[in-house]
Amino acid sequence: MNPRLRWRKFVSNFMLTMTGVCAVVAVSVLFFILGYLVYHGGASINWNFFTKLPVPVGELGGGMANAIVGSAKLLLLASLFGVPIGFLGGIYLAEFSGSSVAFVVRYAADLLNGVPSIVIGIFAYALTVLPFKHFSAFAGAFALGLMMIPITLRSTEEFLHGVPRALREGSMALGASKWRTIMSVVVPAAYRGIMTAILLALARVAGETAPLLFTAFGNRYWSHGLNEPTASLPVMIFNYAISPYEDWHRQAWAAGLVLLALILIVNIFARAILSRGGTILR
Amino acid sequence: MHASVRPAVSVNVNPPTVSSSREAAAPPTMRMNINKVNFFYGQKQTLFDINMGIATNKVTALIGPSGCGKSTLLRTFNRMHETVRGARLQGEILLDGQNILSQDVTLLRRRIGMVFQRPNPFPKSIFDNVAYGLKINGSKLPLADAVEKSLRHAALWDEVKDHLHKSAYELSGGQQQRLCIARGLAVEPEVLLLDEPCSALDPISTAKIEELLVQLKDLCTIAIVTHNMQQAARISDYTAFLLMGQLVEFSPTPHMFTTPTDPRTEAYITGRFG
Repeated sequence: MNPRLRWRKFVSNFMLTMTGVCAVVAVSVLFFILGYLVYHGGASINWNFFTKLPVPVGELGGGMANAIVGSAKLLLLASLFGVPIGFLGGIYLAEFSGSSVAFVVRYAADLLNGVPSIVIGIFAYALTVLPFKHFSAFAGAFALGLMMIPITLRSTEEFLHGVPRALREGSMALGASKWRTIMSVVVPAAYRGIMTAILLALARVAGETAPLLFTAFGNRYWSHGLNEPTASLPVMIFNYAISPYEDWHRQAWAAGLVLLALILIVNIFARAILSRGGTILR
Repeated sequence: MHASVRPAVSVNVNPPTVSSSREAAAPPTMRMNINKVNFFYGQKQTLFDINMGIATNKVTALIGPSGCGKSTLLRTFNRMHETVRGARLQGEILLDGQNILSQDVTLLRRRIGMVFQRPNPFPKSIFDNVAYGLKINGSKLPLADAVEKSLRHAALWDEVKDHLHKSAYELSGGQQQRLCIARGLAVEPEVLLLDEPCSALDPISTAKIEELLVQLKDLCTIAIVTHNMQQAARISDYTAFLLMGQLVEFSPTPHMFTTPTDPRTEAYITGRFG
């Protein structure tokens, strides 16, 4: 073998190995985080963690029931606000708008998607906290909902574009109005994709901390109704992690583990829906 | 099937064909009349001054080479061309003497059904596919009866009656196309338009659909675009031959296929081009 050929083979093998190593690193980060969370927080996860309120420093035990419920409240409220706007906007974009309007809306949605979450937080703070002079679940949900709009909008549009034109024509040829066609034929044909996108949007904002710090704020007790400061898992993690107490650190790890597990479950669930839905578009 | 006395329809033809003397009887009643239709996609004109008729309870075939405008013409009959941006139509199209262009488009499409080139069942059950048109019309009829009737008309009932609630996608291509015909028939249209309904089907399914269309004549008026001249010869009563957006010849099918008037028609049907 001449030296040139040997050199080429070496380069080829070296690069092949490098790509493989990088792929393994990428995957192992997830498992490393998961392992780390289990190691530090696994011991603090027990029945109390899910059912009890936080206890004062120095007392052992206690849980984060209020933060779990609070996160659920915030996410539900955020979806009620963000999903319909994103969904209907996506329908408009895919089905009604002219190309120039679509370009502007699409571009704006992509920009909104790229706005740092802390900026969304300040915005929500200025709009929904300052005028009322108190933090609330409404304010937190407003911030999270804003973040859900562009994701829902763009993916609704994408999945509607995937529905064959022939289906629309088939319905219109039967005398169905455009709206009727969209609601009874086009959206049902794309609904699995849209559902998946909504779940992924939910998973994405579930872990957001920055926009909640000065909107929903946090609460060491149960919040009554939606107009009070409300605890959430990410903010709880933040507060506990920067505290000087060993016990709180353990609880922060545990909360991180719970949050990650919830997000993973939603993700896997969403992927499962999508993979079953592949048949629709043939 | 064909009556011995075949009326000439050359009155509506441009350029006019010479009708043979034995066909000088009364003209057939026309369910639809197409008068001076010009059609544009943006700046590009694709149909030029089309004049023809669709005879009541007959099968009218539109033939011609690819890109001649036959599908475009058919799609103007129920105004499906309006779903395409930049499409523009001049002239008038009459349904029972009324200009369809000034009518409500959803009501019009309930009277003029359409079957497309590729089967396009909705992602719903067989039953719901057929019932769709009835539901959107707010029909008070018992749905089950109407669905059965339509499926029988489309010669599909015996094959699907035991699994009406299965997905329409589980049917074969030919069955799906007959399902689309049943779906169109369910709203009891006066006219049924078919845009190359057999081009995606195998010969056996094609034969079934052809047989079906001949039977459906009693129920409604049929206009069919076909790429296949033999198909036009087999099933149609009248044939219109289009070439580059112009209606070259429009006459009773036997007349067209035995003694074409225009040399271009003859060249096409004898396979010299197209």
